[in-house]
Amino acid sequence: MTLNEWLPLLILGSSLIPGVLIFYIKERDTSLRTLLNMGGALLKLALVGLMIWGVFHEQVYETRWTLAPGLELVLHADAMSVLFVSLSTVLWLVTTVYAIGYLERTPHRSRFFGFFCLCVTATVGLALAGNLFTFVVFYEALTLATYPLVAHKGSPEAVRGARIYLAYTLAGGMILLVGTIWLRSIAGPLEFSQGGILDSIEGLDRSTLSWIFLLLIAGLGVKAALVPLHGWLPQAMVAPAPVSALLHAVAVVKAGAFGIVRVVYDVYGIEFSASLDLLAPLGAAAAVTIIYGSLRALSQDHLKRRLAYSTVSQVSYIALGAAILGPLATVGGLVHLVHQGLMKITLFFAAGNYAETLGIQRVSEMDGVGRRMPGTTLAFTVGALGMIGVPPVAGFVSKWYLGLGAVEAGATDWVIPVLVISSLLNALYFLPILYRAWFRPTPSAWQADLQSRPLETKGALLWPPVITAVLALAAGLFAAAPYSPLEWVQLIAEREYRP
Amino acid sequence: MINLLILPVAMPLLAALLALLIPRYGQLIAVVAGVLTTAAATAVLMLVHSGGDQMLVLGGWQTGLGIALYADGLAASMLLMSTLVGVAASIFACRYFESSATRVSFWPLWLLLQSAISALLLSADLFNLYVTLELLGLSAVSLTALGRSRTAMKAALDYLMLGLLGSLVFLAAVVLIYARYGTLDILLLGGMIEADPLTWTALALFTASLMLKCALFPLHFWLPAVHANAPAPVSAALSALVVKVAFYLLLRLWADLFAPVVTPPLASVLGVLGAAAILWGSYRAIQAERLKLLAAYSTIAQLGYLFLFFSLLLAMPQGESRQLLYGALLLFALTHGFAKSALFMAAGAIQQQLGHDRITELAGLARTLPATVFTLALAGVALIGLPPSGSFLAKWQLMTEAFAQGQWLWVLVVTAGSLLASVYLFRVLGLMFSQGGQPSSPQLHVREPLSPLVLALIATAVLGLGSNGLWQLLASGGGI
Repeated sequence: MTLNEWLPLLILGSSLIPGVLIFYIKERDTSLRTLLNMGGALLKLALVGLMIWGVFHEQVYETRWTLAPGLELVLHADAMSVLFVSLSTVLWLVTTVYAIGYLERTPHRSRFFGFFCLCVTATVGLALAGNLFTFVVFYEALTLATYPLVAHKGSPEAVRGARIYLAYTLAGGMILLVGTIWLRSIAGPLEFSQGGILDSIEGLDRSTLSWIFLLLIAGLGVKAALVPLHGWLPQAMVAPAPVSALLHAVAVVKAGAFGIVRVVYDVYGIEFSASLDLLAPLGAAAAVTIIYGSLRALSQDHLKRRLAYSTVSQVSYIALGAAILGPLATVGGLVHLVHQGLMKITLFFAAGNYAETLGIQRVSEMDGVGRRMPGTTLAFTVGALGMIGVPPVAGFVSKWYLGLGAVEAGATDWVIPVLVISSLLNALYFLPILYRAWFRPTPSAWQADLQSRPLETKGALLWPPVITAVLALAAGLFAAAPYSPLEWVQLIAEREYRP
Repeated sequence: MINLLILPVAMPLLAALLALLIPRYGQLIAVVAGVLTTAAATAVLMLVHSGGDQMLVLGGWQTGLGIALYADGLAASMLLMSTLVGVAASIFACRYFESSATRVSFWPLWLLLQSAISALLLSADLFNLYVTLELLGLSAVSLTALGRSRTAMKAALDYLMLGLLGSLVFLAAVVLIYARYGTLDILLLGGMIEADPLTWTALALFTASLMLKCALFPLHFWLPAVHANAPAPVSAALSALVVKVAFYLLLRLWADLFAPVVTPPLASVLGVLGAAAILWGSYRAIQAERLKLLAAYSTIAQLGYLFLFFSLLLAMPQGESRQLLYGALLLFALTHGFAKSALFMAAGAIQQQLGHDRITELAGLARTLPATVFTLALAGVALIGLPPSGSFLAKWQLMTEAFAQGQWLWVLVVTAGSLLASVYLFRVLGLMFSQGGQPSSPQLHVREPLSPLVLALIATAVLGLGSNGLWQLLASGGGI
């Protein structure tokens, strides 16, 4: 085997092996655990950097392993998988730093970080999956790896939230499994390929294909939190902050959204999907989810719950992009995969900091928090403005391209209103928070802290949101620079629609 | 080379005698014999892989007169699984019976059971099969009775009666076959079987007997009490091996011996019973109040899957896709063997540690017994059929074939069964992750058994990722 065949496996191994080892590390052996965590994360970052360079230069990275006659586990790097792999890798590194700070001196850290590594391994695995079978394998593995993380605290609410999470995701996984097996039994191995594969297969029944599409999207929609399959997401809020951050930004909801993108573009093919009249229902589901999530977010006083409903809404921009035919909408949807990740992880880190440092859980308790924790609140502000779509933060770029895509596809009559209403609602539930934080008077209880403490919170908690906020800002400001998410996504769209 | 096939049968038998003569070294004898038997089973497997089906005629008599042993891919891989589970359970049993007087009677019976299982898997003659079935049944009953409690005794007694009934019915079928065809050698009979009333009756009797022995719904009623009350290593062997070799025998008879006679509709009757077993067994497992009872009901459900495979398999013509499903059936049986024995041993370890296995009182166990809970979780992954376990691949093939044959109902049953299995397993795991329960001192270091963890890892990782060779193995021989 050459290096090109090894690379996908090495990228998986760089979190799998530390994960397995960490389970055996004694609880108090913090430095060894940190070494493994950070070593794995940095190694993965280096390997992914190599892969980005290679894929850009049309190198082929592929690992195959036969599980049964005709059934292959395929890891393959194309431009789309690289997009998701890089996002997971960068955010894993930042979240690991955050989690080390957040969980300092709490029990069961070896268990936590072990499953944390497994969770990232599963995410990277489904990013690199080269066929639908492999995707399903890692999709289920992700469910298993995140369950202990959601239940981590062991409190009755945590166990209950984890159970609801599991019920939704396992059922979704089964539906996806049935759809995949069905499709595979009529159409063969289902290797992902730009432009889709079903178009070129003769003799497939069109209505059967529509039913299978429905099964696949329903199965994936559970993790992507499409309404009405989103019920687990607000419940899973009980997880520790780093887990929520990772769940909402990369691991779980993105796995669902990424799967939808894969099915639409690389299995069915966007043009073939359009010819089967499948895009309109998908777009409708996405639009309903976008509006519904924002409406629910308005009435939540609990900060993490408000952010959770915001995720429900924001992730569906990706599905919306996939539901509009045309390269510009593709760009808008795919780039939001990265942009939403950067912004949402910032917001969750900040929410975790408020809870961890000041015990603030609710929006109504956030009066004047900006003076007490300026760095965190600044990061939160960047994330919130980005979610609303204020330039130059990354969220603006996504919405801009989605709007352009709607014009290009002649779908302005429903896409533009959805974008406008949703942005208004975003403003309605984010701006009051910012107002409270910056302009309401600071409670007297914090005045003493203001003089004595040099740093608003632990460094390991402060720097991650600042870094991700800077990244979210940079992704918007330097959207036209080479290797920016936008540039990369344009490369994908170009290959996707290549005649 | 000639003696290789006899070793997996003879070694445990000799060891049983030794253990009877020198009870003090029972453990040592059993573990050494287990390792040697596993080595022999590995050698048999490699021999089948390289040289096709193996046959041994004892004493040089011609077929039809002497005792013949026969191994193909199916038998060899089942043999290796049973010896691996056997040796792991033996190691587990050393600790389990450490301070118990029962160990003196345990080891000889235990080794006898191993020998009977090997003999059954390798026999190629209906009368020998009857003898091994009796031997298997009697040693299993005696081992169950070692549970000592009143419920265990009562379960063992029921088990004895039903086992004897099943064996008698089997014997009656053997007599009918001998009367009709004049031979009991399976290979010779293969070409002679014809559809006539006598043959039909024999097939019906064989089937009824083996359905009882492998606890196919609705003849499953005896199983929960026996498997839940026997000592843990015994439960592991009963659930993972004893009921499974009965299924193995049924498969051999239907797919090999009576192949010219049986028709797909007949097999689909067993498929329907299998589907009922999946749903009923899973439902009862959800309701179970004790961990070992849960595991026992789960066995009833898992055996149901084997019958779904069975009915689809017999409806297929010879060819590539039949071979594919056949391999998947075997993979499912092997995975269940490893996973269920791991589950029973983990449950046994918990029972010994806490003094009970009542599910509602297992909260917080992930802190006190992390390795055991991990074993349970891995075994659970394989029992639900999630990746990367072997049963995931097997169910994948099963559902693929169900789609190909247009058997939508089977797809639904498999889906429902998997979801129900996740309900009963995660109900337990969720509790173990929660806080509460009795306050435990984290300093207290509990020695946890590791052999079940190895078995669970085989079921979840090794069979899931490395089982492509299984199909090559099956292809190297004649195949069913």
